[in-house]
Amino acid sequence: MRVQVQEAAFDLGAETARFSSGCSASGAIVTFTGVVRDVAGGLERMEIEHYPGMTQSALQDIAAEAVTRWTLEDALVIHRYGALRTGEMIMMVATAAPHRADAFEAAQFLMDYLKSRAPFWKREVTAQGAAWVAAKTEDEDALKRW
Amino acid sequence: MDVLYFAWVRERIGVPRETLDSDAATVMDLVEELRAREDRYAAAFADISALRVAVDQELVPFDTPLNGAREVAFFPPMTGG
Repeated sequence: MRVQVQEAAFDLGAETARFSSGCSASGAIVTFTGVVRDVAGGLERMEIEHYPGMTQSALQDIAAEAVTRWTLEDALVIHRYGALRTGEMIMMVATAAPHRADAFEAAQFLMDYLKSRAPFWKREVTAQGAAWVAAKTEDEDALKRW
Repeated sequence: MDVLYFAWVRERIGVPRETLDSDAATVMDLVEELRAREDRYAAAFADISALRVAVDQELVPFDTPLNGAREVAFFPPMTGG
């Protein structure tokens, strides 16, 4: 299980290949990638703030919970912070399991928890100014299914 | 103890962290102390339903006791992923 918090971009293909190569007992590898999108038009950048002391341990706890709840061979979480432009990858999760149901469900669980329980805050900067992205009630509600 | 602020809470208060001497028994008592300090704190803590708190880097409810806490952080609901 690897959890990485970084400012630099990551190579999705290389990370996925490295992750899969360590999972010889898994018939299913699921990856999810979150990308900066320009919701209203005119996005100059998205700034992601985090809580350096807490982020790593919060992500570690979430990943450990996924490994406990599903039959996973391994899990990977990479999450960036700093200033990102439209189209840049913000984060990825990967799960490896003997069967796909576990890999898919665990990836969804990781995403739902990363959204609302990992200490990151997004701020969108446009020519009109900057605004913090508000948390959605759907994201909080999504945790209830787990 | 160290008190940390993130995102718009940090912007409203104007500093990312500060060290306070406080006898607050719970997080909520600390919030009341901060609110009484200055308008910028009162503004930031006006609606605590819009805030989350972590004590020693664990998310907790506002009625959590602070006995021996070294670090308390206030921030809006998280928007990761």
